[in-house]
Amino acid sequence: MNDLLQHAEQTLLLRSGLSAQDLDKVMGRMLGPAIDAADIYLQHCRTESWIMESGLLKQASHSIEQGAGVRVISGEKTGFAYSDTLELPALLTAAEHVSAIARQGQNALSASQSQPNYVKRYPAENPLTGLEDTEKVAFLHELDRYTRTLDSRIEEVIVHLAGNYEHILVMNPEAGLVADVRPLTRLNVTVIMVENGRRERASMGGGGRFDFRRFIDGKLGEEYAREAVRQALVNLKAEAAPAGVMTVVLGPGWPGILLHEAIGHGLEGDFNRKGTSAFSGKVGSQVASPLCTVVDDGTLADRRGSLTIDDEGVPSQCTVLIENGVLKGYMQDRLNARLMGVAPTGNGRRESYAHLPMPRMTNTYMLPGEHDPGEIIASVPDGLYAKNFGGGQVDITSGKFVFSASEAYRIENGKITYPVKGATLIGNGPDVLTRVSMVGNDLELDSGVGTCGKEGQSVPVGVGQPTLRIEGLTVGGTAQ
Amino acid sequence: MSRQPLTFDQNKLTDLEQTVQETLAKAQTQGASAVEVALGLNQGLSVTARLGELETLEHHRDQGLSLTVYLGQRKGSASTNDLNPDSIQETVTKAINFARLGGEDEAAGLPEKDWLATSFPDLDQHHPWPIDADQALAIAIECEQAARAVSSEINNSEGASVTAHEGVSVFANSLGFCHSHLATRHSLGCSVLGRRGEEMQRDYWYTVARDAGHLQAAAEVGRIAGERTVKRLGARGLSTRQCPVLLAPEIARSLLGSFAGAISGGNLYRKSTFLLDAKDTRIFPEFIHIHEQPLLPGALASASYDAEGVATRIKDLVKDGVLLDYLLDTYSARKLGLASTGNAGGVHNMTLDAGNLDFNGLLKQMDTGLLVTELLGQGVNLVTGDYSRGAAGFWVERGEIQYPVEEITIAGNLKDMFQSIVAVGNDVDRRGSIHTGSILLANLSVAGS
Repeated sequence: MNDLLQHAEQTLLLRSGLSAQDLDKVMGRMLGPAIDAADIYLQHCRTESWIMESGLLKQASHSIEQGAGVRVISGEKTGFAYSDTLELPALLTAAEHVSAIARQGQNALSASQSQPNYVKRYPAENPLTGLEDTEKVAFLHELDRYTRTLDSRIEEVIVHLAGNYEHILVMNPEAGLVADVRPLTRLNVTVIMVENGRRERASMGGGGRFDFRRFIDGKLGEEYAREAVRQALVNLKAEAAPAGVMTVVLGPGWPGILLHEAIGHGLEGDFNRKGTSAFSGKVGSQVASPLCTVVDDGTLADRRGSLTIDDEGVPSQCTVLIENGVLKGYMQDRLNARLMGVAPTGNGRRESYAHLPMPRMTNTYMLPGEHDPGEIIASVPDGLYAKNFGGGQVDITSGKFVFSASEAYRIENGKITYPVKGATLIGNGPDVLTRVSMVGNDLELDSGVGTCGKEGQSVPVGVGQPTLRIEGLTVGGTAQ
Repeated sequence: MSRQPLTFDQNKLTDLEQTVQETLAKAQTQGASAVEVALGLNQGLSVTARLGELETLEHHRDQGLSLTVYLGQRKGSASTNDLNPDSIQETVTKAINFARLGGEDEAAGLPEKDWLATSFPDLDQHHPWPIDADQALAIAIECEQAARAVSSEINNSEGASVTAHEGVSVFANSLGFCHSHLATRHSLGCSVLGRRGEEMQRDYWYTVARDAGHLQAAAEVGRIAGERTVKRLGARGLSTRQCPVLLAPEIARSLLGSFAGAISGGNLYRKSTFLLDAKDTRIFPEFIHIHEQPLLPGALASASYDAEGVATRIKDLVKDGVLLDYLLDTYSARKLGLASTGNAGGVHNMTLDAGNLDFNGLLKQMDTGLLVTELLGQGVNLVTGDYSRGAAGFWVERGEIQYPVEEITIAGNLKDMFQSIVAVGNDVDRRGSIHTGSILLANLSVAGS
């Protein structure tokens, strides 16, 4: 782990003329008799984005974002300030502002503990420099050409390659000074296709905490292109979706967004500490069918949602959320863990130095069951097979969640009969998993494109699941 | 806990303008044939109270410089939030290097010189709110208290927040345009929870304005948030049906947002909109008029120039139900062989003309149907117009609200939905870049239990 620390110190401290002692000084300014916790978070992030459209490289952009956030916590009170200049006077001023929240109180901050042992979940190399810029452009041209050869009904192809390289340095009394270096890349292929005057757009992409080169070596671009074309062709033939309650079979992989929306957010520690989640106070109760075991796992190698350490310096872990249908626990950051009297789970994440950490998901998925996916579809007399999805949303208090199918089919008498247009599915988080009647043996994780929004902050996440049969989800179509 | 936020002064503006001009010159020296540079600086305070006590106190300060360079018809972009000279130099070099790799795109380039804004009327956008953290906290506490006082069924809170922000932005390009403006934005919002038996519901209300003097009073914001939450308790499902649907103003806004998306240049030149070639055709009923009011004093989306320096203009987008104009930036305008409409960066106070009826009048006109007060999810396909979203609201009979409903969806096609508008209310919500009252739709598919 020392190499990460060196790496991050180089980027974040040396370049700005700061030292670890300077951070100690800032921390000293923040600590006081009534302070329960405090941290300093330094971040430097480089981002690149390349967009190919109409066979031309249309947009190439680069950005540098850096800054430091300082936070103090006293009881349930948080003071937060940040600076985009990494200079000692700016950090000291920020520290002064935040310590103003604790004017009274008697708690004292516990002494520094030993440095935890971390396992690196991804390489610390710069993913942006794995390819020369000219190689990136050549790759995009080639992928654009390849995609256009796939079908004569393709009217437009848009290829988007993006990546970022992020260094973070966290100092808090619990972990001392810890660092992470995080690569993140993503490739998307979008096609617009026309047939008989009808037009459809479909997109497929993927990525993770790895180098751009993997898209070439793994021929991932071609795979995404074929998949985008396939989805667009299906949707060109789609008929009106049904409306009403029915049995829904969800495909493996990205449809795991169901878990993210329906239960994941409801199991974040902040909502449960405050009692605002429909899952508040339900640890130990049966919230899903015994077929369901759901985990949040930040330790998977190279995945988009994975973290070596979270943004509070806590090593990521695999947290069992639901085991055989029973709610086991919540996802925690340090603040909520302390206030609820439990251990943090490595889920303290923030969009950037300019945002406060909150409990957030990493990679959330359901473990496989025993049914063959073909058997699951064959078991449904009348229903919907939803193979792929767009986004979703949840109201964590009422528990109502939605997710929008982007590729779906009617199931009649155990057979997939015809494609239907994208429709929103709506359900109730606390009981949807109690209606899971079959779990496939085909667990898949998504391809690495998920971004989760919460209180205005976006972070990369992963989802996954095997094929699932769920009784009684409301399908928001128009067919009568 | 006090700190008076500093207000930007003329010296700061001069400094920033100088940084922008220097960056522009650097890019030209390095070979750019055309350049545009934007620089923004924002600072502010945000205070949240929960259950009567301070929960978070945040001091914000953000800055960023972004530039786009052209080498003939090739384009490159770069941005940085680190404004030291080395980082700016690196950013310029990156943009130039990226432009070298770009494709020759005949539509690429700065706006035509005569599209640029030349007059800069005072749009009443700058009203610093000299409030410190203690004062902000007192307002937030008052607001949350008012919400919790509405009913004993309100048993929890997500808190009330007060924010005060001030920003300056400078924009310049190598055609000689250089302008800066100051703006403030202040808000107050509250979100509380209600419980009845096992059921929990949450709702919120907020107010936002350029001038803190135009914010709704704290007690009023809190009371509305509390009342909205209590009204949602006792929610039921609704069976699948076709029925009239009334969209509350904050929901109607998103329907007009889809309209704006469908007539925006990017979707038009990519032919990925259901309103392709719809200009001069009747896409709404005859009584519908939609126009843009970019110069409305004090409004949240007012601007005399867009994100590319192009003059905004007052225009009719829809008159007598007929689509008259698109929303174009320079690039999409060139792709379509048209002139920019001054909409780089979005719409400026797009307004659906209000009808005669207030909200209760619309309920009476609907008689029996669904009132939608919340939408969930993103189920709008602008290519086809297909629309399917999660919803919550109230079932209405004989013009009166009967009970709250949830776990339902509303679905249709935007083309049909636009044509099926039967009335627009005068209960106009101006809290965003789109101003509209409630919208009554004749018929929509509702899916439920």
